[in-house]
Amino acid sequence: MDIIVCIKRVAQTAEADVKIDSSGKDIIKDRLTFDMNESDTYALEEAILLKEKSGGTLTAVSLGTVEVEDTLRIALAKGADSAIRIKAEDFEELDGYKTAQLLKAAIKDLKSDVIFTGCIATDDYYSQVGVILAELLGIPHATLVAKVDIQDTKAQVHRELEGGLIEHLEMSLPALFTIQTGINEPRYASLIAIRRAAKKEIKVIGASDIDPTGIQANASLEELFTPPVGKRAEILSGSMDEISAKVAGIIKEKGLI
Amino acid sequence: MNDIFALVEHRQGAIRDMTYELLSCGRKLAEKENTKLTAVILGHNTDDLVQILKSQAHRLLVVDNDVFKDFNSEVYQNALSEIIKQQNPALTLISHSAFGMDLCPALATKLGVPFTTDCLDIEFVEQKLKVTRQIYDGKLNAKVQLRENPGYMITLRSGRFPAGEGNLEGAVEKFDTPVSTQPDYRKFIEYIEAAVGEVDITKSDILVSVGRGLKDQANLSIIEDFASAIGGVVACSRPVVDAGWMAKDRQVGSSGKTVKPKLYIALGISGAFQHIVGMKGADTIIAVNKDPNAPIFSEANYGIVDDLFKVVPVLKTKILEVKLTKG
Repeated sequence: MDIIVCIKRVAQTAEADVKIDSSGKDIIKDRLTFDMNESDTYALEEAILLKEKSGGTLTAVSLGTVEVEDTLRIALAKGADSAIRIKAEDFEELDGYKTAQLLKAAIKDLKSDVIFTGCIATDDYYSQVGVILAELLGIPHATLVAKVDIQDTKAQVHRELEGGLIEHLEMSLPALFTIQTGINEPRYASLIAIRRAAKKEIKVIGASDIDPTGIQANASLEELFTPPVGKRAEILSGSMDEISAKVAGIIKEKGLI
Repeated sequence: MNDIFALVEHRQGAIRDMTYELLSCGRKLAEKENTKLTAVILGHNTDDLVQILKSQAHRLLVVDNDVFKDFNSEVYQNALSEIIKQQNPALTLISHSAFGMDLCPALATKLGVPFTTDCLDIEFVEQKLKVTRQIYDGKLNAKVQLRENPGYMITLRSGRFPAGEGNLEGAVEKFDTPVSTQPDYRKFIEYIEAAVGEVDITKSDILVSVGRGLKDQANLSIIEDFASAIGGVVACSRPVVDAGWMAKDRQVGSSGKTVKPKLYIALGISGAFQHIVGMKGADTIIAVNKDPNAPIFSEANYGIVDDLFKVVPVLKTKILEVKLTKG
């Protein structure tokens, strides 16, 4: 079984202060930490589990600047055999559509039975790259995958719908799955494996390796802005005792205790 | 301008709530652009759906075949690409749902139509489509312009356009199905209902809900102790379930349960959109989070900016004091 996993390195913004830079089109990055996108860690784990079960090869691919090689090395340390970086610095206006086209260009000569991606990136929230890639490659896809069981060329797939309902599909390979968080328990890379991965070569693909015909973005960013402050909670202030007494008072007033 | 299309989403015979928001958005845009809204219904035994939706659009384009009974994005994609090619809508609106996410990027790519996903607002500016999206964990918005084209496609986030009554007299138009079988490479088998757990969080008046801020499963006992002291039940956001710390049936949010308790205490929950849609109907929301910019504070009535582990013990004592002095 030949497997490809597409991963993305993203700014970890869930608990960080996110500020717009002077261009108005990007964020100030120097105080942010970067790591593999959350659902991509699950996609990578699913790819490694499949490789362990069925044998074959696992290639990790990422579009990014040189820092993304650190993320690819984590994938190599965990169990990927080879890694490809597409040089983001060679391209502009990288929306989901253009990203998918570049990923296609990078993997089109590789054999693949299964492609895994995460189901959403926490930076741009698109949830589209995997699906576009599948369409460009002419293979079927399933998104929000919470379980996938592959036997020979058939896959039993569970998609997670709203309200916890599961959609059970039967698919045939080759296919692409966008993986939902929680599907497995992503492993940690051992220190020895990380050291070994540091020496592995990462294939780098740039603009000169990719035929630009037809490669274009669907969307161009005009500006970033801070969401308008609508309704906002009354932030309780004072000592912890005072704050807690206020909350207790509010709860009592509402007749809840 | 050509018609605006809105794709009707249904599941197990019922129209999904989001469809009414989509139609409401479509009517608003159609009015502004002086064009018409078409509701596109792919389904089986669609008479009931047509009756319900008649007032919501200027036209109802109906494709009736049992292949559309359950959602299969490959089937929908093949049928809709034929319909869109023939009808050339100026814009096709699809819900940003598990259904829309599976369908829109592939359908638009197949058609070569510029599209984008998870839009909060949309407007035409001199025939060009501009959308507003939320990025970076909901902390910033982005204004995005789509590549100029006679037709566009987007998925719309829920909660942006309130559903409306509609006072139109939609003309029903039947369309012969371009597709009548599921492809071998992707077949819908069945829906599997979520397992029923020992506690039904939708039945509790007081929910103490915990998120990523829990940090470790071992800390769960602190939350459970607090919840039982104040007569509530523990619920959680997605990361807690992903980590295997709590069962799926305790999860509040789009892929979990929708709850409407009298009191919702959110502890260490940042307030991702997917969580908010599951709890915004609570009467009173109290949020505790270290991050003053956490989106949860835009939804909560009261906020405490601090570490939940500092807040919870004091809060428990104070609530118990108030409880005891009640008489």
